[in-house]
Amino acid sequence: MLVFVGLGLYDERDVSVKGLEEIRRADYIFAEFYTSVLTGTSPERIQKFYGKDVEFLSRDKIESDTRIIDLAGNHRVVFLVPGDPMVATTHVSLALEAVRRGVEIKLIHGASIMSAVCGLTGLHSYKFGKSATVPYPQLGRIPTSPYRIIDENRKSNSHTLLYLDTAEGPMSINKAVEILLEMEKIEGGGVLEGVFAVGIARAGSEKPLVRCDYLERLQDHDFGDPMHVMVIPSEKLHFSEVEALRILAGAPPEIEGCLE
Amino acid sequence: MGRRKKMVERVKALMYKQENIRNIGIVAHIDHGKTTLSDNLLAGCGMISDELAGRQLFLDFDEMEQARGITINAANVSMVHEYEGEDYLINLIDTPGHVDFGGDVTRAMRAVDGAVVVVDAVEGVMPQTETVLRQALRENVKPVLFVNKVDRLINELEVDKQEMQLRLAKVINQVNKFIKSMRPEKYQEWKLDASNGSVAFGSALYKWAISVPAMKNTGVGFNEVFDYCKAGNMEELAKKSPLYVVVLDMVVRHLPSPLEAQKDRIGVIWKGDMDSDEGRSMISCDPEGPIVLMVTDISIDPHAGEVATGRLYSGTLKRGAELYISGMYRKNRVQQVGIFMGPDRVEVEEIPAGNIAAVVGLKDAFVGCTATSLEKMVPFEEIRHVSEPVVTVAVEAEDMKDLPKLIEVLRQISKEDPTLNVQINEETGEHLISGMGELHLEVVIAKIERDKGLKLKTSPPIVVYRETVQGTSDVIEGKSPNKHNRFYIQVEPLPQEVVELVKSGEVSMRMDKVERRKKFESAGLNKEEAKGVTEIFDGNLFLDMTKGIQYLSETMELILEGFKEAMRNGPLSREPCSGIKVKLVDVKLHEDAVHRGPAQVIPAVRQAIHASILTAKPTLLEPMQYIFITVPQELMGNVTKEIQSRRGQILEMNVEGDMVTLKAKAPVAEMFGFAGDIRSATEGRALWATEHAGFEPVPHAMLNDIVMSVRKRKGLKLEIPKPSDYVG
Ligand SMILES: Nc1nc2c(ncn2[C@@H]2O[C@H](COP(=O)(O)OP(=O)(O)OP(=O)(O)O)[C@@H](O)[C@H]2O)c(=O)[nH]1
Ligand SMILES: [Mg+2]
Repeated sequence: MLVFVGLGLYDERDVSVKGLEEIRRADYIFAEFYTSVLTGTSPERIQKFYGKDVEFLSRDKIESDTRIIDLAGNHRVVFLVPGDPMVATTHVSLALEAVRRGVEIKLIHGASIMSAVCGLTGLHSYKFGKSATVPYPQLGRIPTSPYRIIDENRKSNSHTLLYLDTAEGPMSINKAVEILLEMEKIEGGGVLEGVFAVGIARAGSEKPLVRCDYLERLQDHDFGDPMHVMVIPSEKLHFSEVEALRILAGAPPEIEGCLE
Repeated sequence: MGRRKKMVERVKALMYKQENIRNIGIVAHIDHGKTTLSDNLLAGCGMISDELAGRQLFLDFDEMEQARGITINAANVSMVHEYEGEDYLINLIDTPGHVDFGGDVTRAMRAVDGAVVVVDAVEGVMPQTETVLRQALRENVKPVLFVNKVDRLINELEVDKQEMQLRLAKVINQVNKFIKSMRPEKYQEWKLDASNGSVAFGSALYKWAISVPAMKNTGVGFNEVFDYCKAGNMEELAKKSPLYVVVLDMVVRHLPSPLEAQKDRIGVIWKGDMDSDEGRSMISCDPEGPIVLMVTDISIDPHAGEVATGRLYSGTLKRGAELYISGMYRKNRVQQVGIFMGPDRVEVEEIPAGNIAAVVGLKDAFVGCTATSLEKMVPFEEIRHVSEPVVTVAVEAEDMKDLPKLIEVLRQISKEDPTLNVQINEETGEHLISGMGELHLEVVIAKIERDKGLKLKTSPPIVVYRETVQGTSDVIEGKSPNKHNRFYIQVEPLPQEVVELVKSGEVSMRMDKVERRKKFESAGLNKEEAKGVTEIFDGNLFLDMTKGIQYLSETMELILEGFKEAMRNGPLSREPCSGIKVKLVDVKLHEDAVHRGPAQVIPAVRQAIHASILTAKPTLLEPMQYIFITVPQELMGNVTKEIQSRRGQILEMNVEGDMVTLKAKAPVAEMFGFAGDIRSATEGRALWATEHAGFEPVPHAMLNDIVMSVRKRKGLKLEIPKPSDYVG
């Protein structure tokens, strides 16, 4: 049996009771920490809290190694994933491969950043469009598809959730804004001119930081430790969204101009 | 003022008179007398003493050149020549003739506007003569002809007057035929003609020459030449009709000044916008325009350090100028600018457009780069050498403590000589240097040991193979490691004409796309394919045959990187690929950019291509060589035996008197050590030269053995990989 356990947002104590029970019963525990990191904890604290050894795998190990599924054939194997196991990180292929090979699978969900941003910002979950990751330059070039996704979302009056790349260490909001503005220069569409954006740091922690301002201004704001995500809100906002951004995210009064 | 100082003043003044400058190269088959000619032109103009020029081959001053009696390094020199009462500045590059150093000729042709093609009257037009002419014509460099060693024709071959004239006429005809076939549209303008003085005849060694226009002043014609030679009085001849006057008059009259040349040359060597500032300035050779320098040579000066020499096509170079080196963001500051005065470099305040300049301070420069004051400029076309590296040696530092220094030295030599291919392996410390031939590598290694004071351990030379396919593959699916991206690839052989088109550089990704498609279609690609060409790499093409796939354009760069990686190391034995058409038939991409980043796309594409190659009748190509040998008839048998034992094939045989000239073809792999063996087989009486003959498939029966021996040398598993090793 292969059990995917979502670890939630911030530290070792965000796991659900069901998840913890699965961990305690497991014969083998693996963990994947490359797309997202539980910044409020460390591998040592996790193992101590769960009272079990955990093997932390690199990306290519998970992608190339068949050991997880091999073991799951006749053991209880738990695979730990930050957040919810099937949302931001796509472990669907591992699950499919297991099913294909006749291995039973089970999902224990965890809190996902996707739902957390709704609560932290007050933006309506109904209004989110496609999400995208702001990538580090690849071979010196910046892919601009996230920019076009923001554009499409704004045209259909949807919010865009932006994950930040972790390939070269978790990206900060400051860096992400810089890269987004670079995309705007490359594409030349003016989509980001005068838009508001929300920066969210350390969702799930005791002191998450949420800040709404003009996009360029976020570049100079200090958001502190990772993980960071961002939202580019839709062009027109519902009055309750405006209120929430004012109260929860310190948005400047000009946000009122977005009222529909 | 001393004599030398006066000369410096004359040269400095002439730099600004663009119509009085001639930038020329001396090119020829090996040993036809280029260096002897260059030496004696310098001496004739008083740039070096007669005494120095009298010493055998002054410009071949390097000991290695002296020991072997051949030119290895192209030499930049300048001289002042008076013609019809006016001073002219002649910037001359003496190039090597040995095929292994042909890269120097290609580079020199980028710096000059005209070429003096030297042909030995006894040997006539040789294959390397055609090669260097081709290099000149391709760069739009105008030729004139000097038929050399006429003294030998008369005194050694003992031809009569009539025969002499016939032979000389034959040389002119052959060269003209070649010009006509290569540049039909230029032929009327560039045709060589003894009667207008674009051809001269003479003896570089005995310092005399004649031409039809010169005859009118000197009264010395073919009859007189014949008689003087027969009488053994060539000294008199050299006084009456001196070499340097006749040859340099020809240069001044028939070769273009930079002002004239740059008008139609820029379009050939630069694909930027002719209406831009830099375009207009280069076309008019404007000293007031932006600085644009094409670096064609880098050498190390014991005092100044690295010196970059090149042709200044626009602007005025001064100390302190800040230049961008093509493709780099950092600026380099010019510390010194110099021109050539005779064989020496002399520092000057500034150099205007149209000259050949030597620059100190361009740290990032490499041979072939564009150095410019403009932040963004389309660089010059790449300097493409006609042949590719065919031989490799592995080198290691003998002393452990030299390891870092060796790496630095290897990086340096690959900046200096673009015909070398250097692969640095910091892990094993065993580095690979590939070059144009055995001699090329021997010289490079000797130079490292001598000039850099490093002791090296070197392997025996090894041939560089190419991997190719002889059939069409299945469509292979390559999956990214995260399984969320799929690439569908098919490979097949490229038509030979297409391979030649891309190897010659006649088609590039930078040229106009409509024109490119047309060329590809006429070389044998169908319309769809010609339209799909997305990358050209090392004689291979990547074709995007897909339509309307979202996100493909921003992923393409990564796909092409995977393609290049696949082509650099083929699946059979990790040798470079050649002549392969890689088609991207379909693609499935993940929605999010980080899930289709480099770590996902590059390996997926590379592996799919490798698996495809393995299903398309893969084989190896090996480099071939032509060999030209002249021997006394009675030794013919020994020579043919030597050739046949090397998988060689005799193609032509010509008898002249008691000498035989052979043309043969053999694999480079079998030709190592030929120099020594042919010497002992013929008691040192064979004269021979080689020429590249491209690549051919290895004999089928040998394929497996060769693949295994390459794999063994590289420490790879001793079995031919299967497609399933790459995609599973
Ligand atoms: N008899 C005779 N010998 C000549 C003449 N010109 C050159 N030679 C001889 O030919 C040989 C080769 O001359 P080089 O000047 O080294 O020829 P090169 O073309 O520079 O040779 P590479 O640079 O090695 O290709 C030397 O031994 C010269 O002395 C000539 O006009 N007459
Ligand atoms: Mg020479």
